[in-house]
Amino acid sequence: MERKKDNPIVSLVSRTVSPFIMLFALYVIFHGHYSPGGGFQGGTMLAAAFILIRLSLGMETSQLQFKSSWATPLGSAGVLIYFGTGLVALLFGGNFLDYGFIPFTGTVAENRSIGILCIEIGVAIAVMAIMVSIYDDLLKGSPDD
Amino acid sequence: MKIVNYLIMIIFSALMIYASLSLPDRGDAYAVLNKEKSLAQTQNAASYYIHNAKKDAETENMVTVILADYRGYDTLGEETVILTAGLICFLLLRIEKNKNGKKKR
Repeated sequence: MERKKDNPIVSLVSRTVSPFIMLFALYVIFHGHYSPGGGFQGGTMLAAAFILIRLSLGMETSQLQFKSSWATPLGSAGVLIYFGTGLVALLFGGNFLDYGFIPFTGTVAENRSIGILCIEIGVAIAVMAIMVSIYDDLLKGSPDD
Repeated sequence: MKIVNYLIMIIFSALMIYASLSLPDRGDAYAVLNKEKSLAQTQNAASYYIHNAKKDAETENMVTVILADYRGYDTLGEETVILTAGLICFLLLRIEKNKNGKKKR
Protein backbone atom coordinates (compact mmCIF):
# COMPACT_ATOMS: atom_id res chain seq x y z
CA MET A 1 0.00 0.00 0.00
CA GLU A 2 1.22 3.45 -0.83
CA ARG A 3 1.99 5.52 2.21
CA LYS A 4 0.04 8.73 2.45
CA LYS A 5 1.62 11.99 3.47
CA ASP A 6 1.45 12.94 7.09
CA ASN A 7 -1.82 14.61 7.93
CA PRO A 8 -1.20 17.74 10.06
CA ILE A 9 -4.57 17.48 11.81
CA VAL A 10 -3.99 13.88 12.90
CA SER A 11 -0.46 14.59 14.07
CA LEU A 12 -1.43 17.76 15.95
CA VAL A 13 -4.40 16.14 17.70
CA SER A 14 -2.46 13.05 18.72
CA ARG A 15 0.48 15.13 19.93
CA THR A 16 -1.92 17.23 22.01
CA VAL A 17 -3.93 14.34 23.44
CA SER A 18 -1.06 11.97 24.23
CA PRO A 19 0.36 13.88 27.26
CA PHE A 20 -3.09 14.09 28.82
CA ILE A 21 -3.53 10.32 28.42
CA MET A 22 -0.16 9.88 30.14
CA LEU A 23 -1.17 12.22 32.97
CA PHE A 24 -4.43 10.35 33.51
CA ALA A 25 -2.54 7.05 33.41
CA LEU A 26 -0.22 8.28 36.17
CA TYR A 27 -3.28 9.39 38.15
CA VAL A 28 -4.81 5.92 37.74
CA ILE A 29 -1.58 4.26 38.90
CA PHE A 30 -0.90 6.45 41.92
CA HIS A 31 -4.52 6.86 42.99
CA GLY A 32 -5.09 3.12 42.98
CA HIS A 33 -5.08 3.14 46.79
CA TYR A 34 -8.26 5.21 46.95
CA SER A 35 -10.19 4.56 43.76
CA PRO A 36 -10.54 1.87 41.11
CA GLY A 37 -7.31 1.49 39.20
CA GLY A 38 -3.80 0.26 39.70
CA GLY A 39 -0.79 -0.99 37.86
CA PHE A 40 -2.40 -3.04 35.12
CA GLN A 41 -4.94 -0.41 34.08
CA GLY A 42 -2.54 2.52 34.33
CA GLY A 43 0.20 0.67 32.47
CA THR A 44 -2.16 -0.12 29.62
CA MET A 45 -3.15 3.53 29.36
CA LEU A 46 0.50 4.65 29.33
CA ALA A 47 1.11 2.17 26.52
CA ALA A 48 -1.92 3.60 24.69
CA ALA A 49 -0.35 7.06 24.83
CA PHE A 50 2.90 5.75 23.33
CA ILE A 51 1.11 3.70 20.67
CA LEU A 52 -0.99 6.72 19.66
CA ILE A 53 2.22 8.60 18.87
CA ARG A 54 3.55 5.55 17.04
CA LEU A 55 0.40 5.31 14.93
CA SER A 56 0.19 8.95 13.96
CA LEU A 57 3.79 10.07 13.56
CA GLY A 58 5.32 6.85 12.26
CA MET A 59 8.01 4.60 13.59
CA GLU A 60 11.07 6.77 12.95
CA THR A 61 9.83 9.90 14.73
CA SER A 62 8.46 7.99 17.69
CA GLN A 63 11.84 6.35 18.27
CA LEU A 64 12.88 9.73 19.73
CA GLN A 65 10.22 9.32 22.40
CA PHE A 66 10.54 5.64 23.25
CA LYS A 67 13.12 3.42 21.55
CA SER A 68 12.00 -0.07 20.51
CA SER A 69 15.10 -1.56 22.09
CA TRP A 70 14.12 -0.19 25.52
CA ALA A 71 10.92 -2.18 25.68
CA THR A 72 12.12 -5.64 26.64
CA PRO A 73 14.67 -4.46 29.28
CA LEU A 74 12.03 -2.17 30.82
CA GLY A 75 9.55 -5.04 30.99
CA SER A 76 12.11 -7.19 32.77
CA ALA A 77 12.92 -4.26 35.06
CA GLY A 78 9.26 -3.98 36.05
CA VAL A 79 9.13 -7.64 37.05
CA LEU A 80 12.43 -7.17 38.89
CA ILE A 81 11.02 -4.21 40.85
CA TYR A 82 8.14 -6.43 41.96
CA PHE A 83 10.41 -9.34 42.78
CA GLY A 84 12.99 -7.08 44.45
CA THR A 85 10.37 -5.59 46.76
CA GLY A 86 9.49 -9.08 47.89
CA LEU A 87 13.15 -9.95 48.28
CA VAL A 88 13.88 -6.83 50.37
CA ALA A 89 11.08 -7.89 52.71
CA LEU A 90 12.76 -11.28 52.92
CA LEU A 91 16.11 -9.61 53.79
CA PHE A 92 14.53 -7.56 56.59
CA GLY A 93 13.32 -10.70 58.29
CA GLY A 94 9.78 -11.20 57.02
CA ASN A 95 8.25 -13.60 54.58
CA PHE A 96 8.60 -13.14 50.81
CA LEU A 97 6.32 -10.25 49.70
CA ASP A 98 5.48 -9.33 53.30
CA TYR A 99 5.90 -5.54 52.98
CA GLY A 100 5.21 -4.83 56.63
CA PHE A 101 8.84 -5.57 57.45
CA ILE A 102 10.41 -3.04 55.05
CA PRO A 103 11.18 0.04 57.16
CA PHE A 104 9.77 2.82 54.96
CA THR A 105 7.94 4.54 57.81
CA GLY A 106 7.15 3.91 61.43
CA THR A 107 4.07 1.71 61.43
CA VAL A 108 3.55 -1.68 59.84
CA ALA A 109 0.32 -0.64 58.10
CA GLU A 110 1.96 2.35 56.39
CA ASN A 111 4.88 0.15 55.31
CA ARG A 112 2.37 -2.12 53.63
CA SER A 113 0.74 0.84 51.89
CA ILE A 114 4.05 1.99 50.42
CA GLY A 115 5.03 -1.57 49.52
CA ILE A 116 1.79 -1.88 47.56
CA LEU A 117 2.67 1.37 45.75
CA CYS A 118 6.12 -0.01 44.78
CA ILE A 119 4.47 -3.12 43.40
CA GLU A 120 1.94 -1.12 41.40
CA ILE A 121 4.77 0.90 39.84
CA GLY A 122 6.59 -2.30 38.88
CA VAL A 123 3.45 -3.76 37.32
CA ALA A 124 2.75 -0.52 35.42
CA ILE A 125 6.27 -0.34 33.96
CA ALA A 126 6.19 -3.99 32.89
CA VAL A 127 2.73 -3.80 31.32
CA MET A 128 3.55 -0.55 29.50
CA ALA A 129 6.83 -1.84 28.08
CA ILE A 130 5.39 -5.19 27.02
CA MET A 131 2.42 -3.57 25.26
CA VAL A 132 4.69 -1.25 23.27
CA SER A 133 7.04 -4.15 22.55
CA ILE A 134 4.22 -6.32 21.15
CA TYR A 135 3.08 -3.42 18.93
CA ASP A 136 6.63 -2.94 17.64
CA ASP A 137 7.05 -6.66 17.01
CA LEU A 138 3.84 -6.78 15.00
CA LEU A 139 4.89 -3.76 12.94
CA LYS A 140 8.44 -4.96 12.33
CA GLY A 141 7.46 -7.48 9.66
CA SER A 142 5.47 -5.02 7.54
CA PRO A 143 7.08 -3.75 4.34
CA ASP A 144 6.27 -0.16 5.26
CA ASP A 145 8.73 0.05 8.11
CA MET B 1 -15.37 -37.93 13.59
CA LYS B 2 -16.93 -34.49 13.50
CA ILE B 3 -20.12 -35.82 15.05
CA VAL B 4 -18.15 -37.12 18.02
CA ASN B 5 -16.59 -33.69 18.53
CA TYR B 6 -19.98 -31.96 18.45
CA LEU B 7 -21.43 -34.57 20.78
CA ILE B 8 -18.65 -34.09 23.33
CA MET B 9 -19.06 -30.33 23.14
CA ILE B 10 -22.85 -30.47 23.62
CA ILE B 11 -22.60 -32.93 26.51
CA PHE B 12 -19.92 -30.82 28.20
CA SER B 13 -21.84 -27.57 27.86
CA ALA B 14 -25.01 -29.25 29.13
CA LEU B 15 -23.05 -30.45 32.14
CA MET B 16 -21.67 -26.96 32.80
CA ILE B 17 -25.12 -25.35 32.50
CA TYR B 18 -26.58 -27.97 34.85
CA ALA B 19 -23.81 -27.32 37.37
CA SER B 20 -24.21 -23.54 37.13
CA LEU B 21 -27.92 -23.79 38.01
CA SER B 22 -27.12 -24.78 41.57
CA LEU B 23 -24.71 -21.89 42.20
CA PRO B 24 -25.97 -19.30 44.71
CA ASP B 25 -27.36 -16.01 43.42
CA ARG B 26 -24.99 -13.08 43.26
CA GLY B 27 -25.04 -11.13 46.50
CA ASP B 28 -27.11 -13.78 48.31
CA ALA B 29 -26.51 -13.00 51.97
CA TYR B 30 -27.48 -16.48 53.12
CA ALA B 31 -25.16 -18.41 50.79
CA VAL B 32 -22.35 -20.24 52.56
CA LEU B 33 -19.74 -18.27 50.61
CA ASN B 34 -21.00 -14.90 51.79
CA LYS B 35 -21.63 -15.72 55.44
CA GLU B 36 -19.29 -14.45 58.10
CA LYS B 37 -18.54 -17.95 59.42
CA SER B 38 -17.91 -20.97 57.23
CA LEU B 39 -19.50 -24.38 57.84
CA ALA B 40 -16.62 -25.29 60.16
CA GLN B 41 -17.30 -22.15 62.24
CA THR B 42 -14.09 -20.44 61.14
CA GLN B 43 -13.99 -16.95 59.60
CA ASN B 44 -14.49 -16.81 55.85
CA ALA B 45 -11.75 -15.22 53.75
CA ALA B 46 -14.03 -12.56 52.24
CA SER B 47 -15.29 -11.46 55.61
CA TYR B 48 -11.73 -11.29 56.97
CA TYR B 49 -10.64 -9.08 54.07
CA ILE B 50 -13.61 -6.72 54.48
CA HIS B 51 -12.96 -6.33 58.20
CA ASN B 52 -9.18 -6.03 58.17
CA ALA B 53 -8.07 -4.55 54.82
CA LYS B 54 -8.07 -0.92 56.03
CA LYS B 55 -6.47 -1.82 59.34
CA ASP B 56 -3.71 -4.00 57.87
CA ALA B 57 -2.52 -1.85 55.00
CA GLU B 58 -3.76 1.71 55.62
CA THR B 59 -5.38 1.69 52.17
CA GLU B 60 -9.00 2.55 51.42
CA ASN B 61 -9.35 0.40 48.31
CA MET B 62 -9.99 -3.17 49.42
CA VAL B 63 -9.38 -4.58 45.96
CA THR B 64 -5.86 -3.13 45.82
CA VAL B 65 -4.99 -4.65 49.19
CA ILE B 66 -6.27 -8.08 48.15
CA LEU B 67 -4.55 -7.90 44.74
CA ALA B 68 -1.15 -6.66 45.87
CA ASP B 69 -0.84 -7.74 49.48
CA TYR B 70 -2.96 -10.73 50.50
CA ARG B 71 -2.64 -12.28 47.04
CA GLY B 72 0.81 -10.95 46.14
CA TYR B 73 2.09 -14.22 44.76
CA ASP B 74 -0.83 -14.39 42.36
CA THR B 75 -0.09 -10.94 40.96
CA LEU B 76 3.61 -11.76 40.64
CA GLY B 77 2.61 -14.76 38.55
CA GLU B 78 0.29 -12.63 36.41
CA GLU B 79 3.05 -10.18 35.69
CA THR B 80 5.41 -13.00 34.77
CA VAL B 81 2.76 -14.30 32.37
CA ILE B 82 2.59 -10.88 30.67
CA LEU B 83 6.38 -10.73 30.42
CA THR B 84 6.46 -14.24 28.95
CA ALA B 85 3.83 -13.31 26.38
CA GLY B 86 5.88 -10.28 25.36
CA LEU B 87 9.08 -12.32 25.09
CA ILE B 88 7.32 -14.96 22.96
CA CYS B 89 6.03 -12.24 20.61
CA PHE B 90 9.59 -10.92 20.48
CA LEU B 91 10.97 -14.35 19.54
CA LEU B 92 8.28 -15.24 17.01
CA LEU B 93 7.49 -11.97 15.26
CA ARG B 94 10.63 -9.87 15.20
CA ILE B 95 12.25 -10.42 11.81
CA GLU B 96 15.29 -8.33 10.99
CA LYS B 97 16.28 -7.73 7.39
CA ASN B 98 19.78 -7.96 5.99
CA LYS B 99 21.28 -5.31 3.76
CA ASN B 100 20.40 -7.49 0.75
CA GLY B 101 16.75 -7.34 1.77
CA LYS B 102 16.82 -10.95 2.80
CA LYS B 103 14.86 -11.90 5.86
CA LYS B 104 16.85 -13.06 8.85
CA ARG B 105 15.67 -14.33 12.21
